[in-house]
Amino acid sequence: MRKILNLDGSIAKNTEEPIIPNDELLHWYEIMVQIRTLDTKGIRLQRQGRVGFHIFTTGQEGHIGIAAALGSDDWVYPAYREHGAALLRGLPLEDIIHHLFANDLDTQKGRRLPGLFGEKNINFVNPSAPIGTQIVQAAGTAYASKYKKDGNVVAVFFGDGATSSNDFHSGMNFGAVFKTPTLFVCMNNQWAISVPLHQQTAAEKIVDKAIGYGIHGIQVDGNDILAMYQVAKEAVERARNGEGPTFIEALTYRLGPHTSSDDPSRYREDSDVENWKNKDPIVRFKKYLIKKGILTEDQDKEMWDHYDNLINELIDQASKRPLPSIETMFDDVYETLPWHLKEQLEEVKKYSNR
Amino acid sequence: MVELNIVDAIKYALEQEMDRDKDVIILGEDIGKNGGVFRATQGLYDKFGPERVLDTPLNESGIIGFAVGMSLYGIKAVPEIQFIDFIFPAFDQILSELAKFRYRSGGQFTCPVVIRSPYGGGVRGAHYHSQSPESLFAHTPGLKVVVPSNPYDAKGLLISAIRSNDPVIFMEPKRIYRAFKEEVPEDDYTVPLESAAITREGKDVTLISYGAMLHITMDAADLASEEGIDCEVIDLRTIYPLDIDTIEESVKKTGRVISVTEAPKTAGFGAELSALVAERWIEYMEAPIIRVAGYDVPFPFVLEHDYMPTPERVLDSIRYVYNY
Repeated sequence: MRKILNLDGSIAKNTEEPIIPNDELLHWYEIMVQIRTLDTKGIRLQRQGRVGFHIFTTGQEGHIGIAAALGSDDWVYPAYREHGAALLRGLPLEDIIHHLFANDLDTQKGRRLPGLFGEKNINFVNPSAPIGTQIVQAAGTAYASKYKKDGNVVAVFFGDGATSSNDFHSGMNFGAVFKTPTLFVCMNNQWAISVPLHQQTAAEKIVDKAIGYGIHGIQVDGNDILAMYQVAKEAVERARNGEGPTFIEALTYRLGPHTSSDDPSRYREDSDVENWKNKDPIVRFKKYLIKKGILTEDQDKEMWDHYDNLINELIDQASKRPLPSIETMFDDVYETLPWHLKEQLEEVKKYSNR
Repeated sequence: MVELNIVDAIKYALEQEMDRDKDVIILGEDIGKNGGVFRATQGLYDKFGPERVLDTPLNESGIIGFAVGMSLYGIKAVPEIQFIDFIFPAFDQILSELAKFRYRSGGQFTCPVVIRSPYGGGVRGAHYHSQSPESLFAHTPGLKVVVPSNPYDAKGLLISAIRSNDPVIFMEPKRIYRAFKEEVPEDDYTVPLESAAITREGKDVTLISYGAMLHITMDAADLASEEGIDCEVIDLRTIYPLDIDTIEESVKKTGRVISVTEAPKTAGFGAELSALVAERWIEYMEAPIIRVAGYDVPFPFVLEHDYMPTPERVLDSIRYVYNY
């Protein structure tokens, strides 16, 4: 397993520290802080009944390292715990908040559960809820890029549960056969809702599955943002050099519940969670930044306070917006509205007070 | 003009569209070197090469998912599913992904894939080479469902489908792939989607059909005319979304409506046609609205000609509504 950062933030023996500008490292950390704060706010909003649903990224912030190895023209297919990748690619924080409230400024037009969003202008594909479907789509997108010879790569995220799905098989196989520039990134967080990894697969390691597809595979500490960046950087280079896809198994842990609808005390031990809390990707990275003199404890506290306030403000603004108009219910089914949808729109307008 | 049968007209359309736009890519099982099991892509591999004519692994869900991903990146992907009976592993990719990308992303991402697939019975293909599942797709907002019945429409509709910005299920009536030839323009032309054709004008009874069953329906109309019953025949061409105006004009004129489809009757597309007519124009009706359809059984093998609508079965229904 590839690892660069020790738990105390020092560089592990016999590994090379990647050379990354300080402001970039700080920016990664800032995004970690933003999405962790979003989780504490999001679940509170859900419990207060102000938003319908919350999906957590807590514990899996290491994914930002993968996103950091990509260029702005590359593509990302999220599973649904990759909000950090979206922010790193330039999504305004307020867009996520409008989306959580599904208001009139939500670019998903209020059609998705909070957390299931995509944005075309940052090549961050809109995810679905059936598990695994994006894996083969990502292979197809990468094939299209290869065909157009524009040198772009596609990173697709999915969980350990998704490795049991049909489209994991399809995606890995198509990606390998057509040698597509794809990064297949399995965020192995040990749990598919309540089903633990050993009930998901009898394989000793998920990364071993890559062998059967003829894909280069690598296992990495998913809570080590530097190692995540490094393996992704190597995979991106391979992809751009025409060497085909890479399968990355990132070992991590879902510290929170699956979603706001889930109660993990029904199926897992607190001690297991506590053990993984010691490996928290944010804590480890913070220690590294402090050791390097990029961040001080005071600056860190200021940063958390700043985003706490900012997100509160954004929530306040977003919560006052109206819902999308009734017309939007019929938009985007087709490029243009067929006769029967026109009729149905006229009908619903009679009954709707929006 | 060239004399073409349906399968050659389809190949012609693919070739012309691939000539016109280098971002048109076709993919599927055995479509490359082998030219497709029905030869609908014969010669295209040699002409356009393996980067644009992809012989894929044997995985329908993979084929459609891969095509969805390609199309999100601006490629016009035209996958072939070898028999529509094999399409079900790809149902999730079609219903939950292909049909919904535009909507679920607030109009940001579109994937206007055209899925071509031979469908229908009457070819001694037994259960898994004979089904006609158009209603399953017509029940899915976001998809368009197109079924040509002749070479001219096959070419013109396929070109329209390829140029459409919406995903299209293009169902090819394999029973009549090579049944007859007709003159088809060599040039580029389109037959608009969502537009039905009147293939026979008449005043007494409206018969609505599409695809291979259109020809059974036309034969029934011929038989009826020998008995002095003047049938009008509508070829829907696109079954979803429907051309409601053509249906309206005809059913108001005749007051008698029969649909002819080969899929199982219950909840089949004929049921939708009956409901539409009843809901909108019941006061014009002189007789019950009738569905002539396949029976509600899995597709049989040796008894397929008893299962599928025949001109005689349609004729009996024509007599019934005419004399009601």
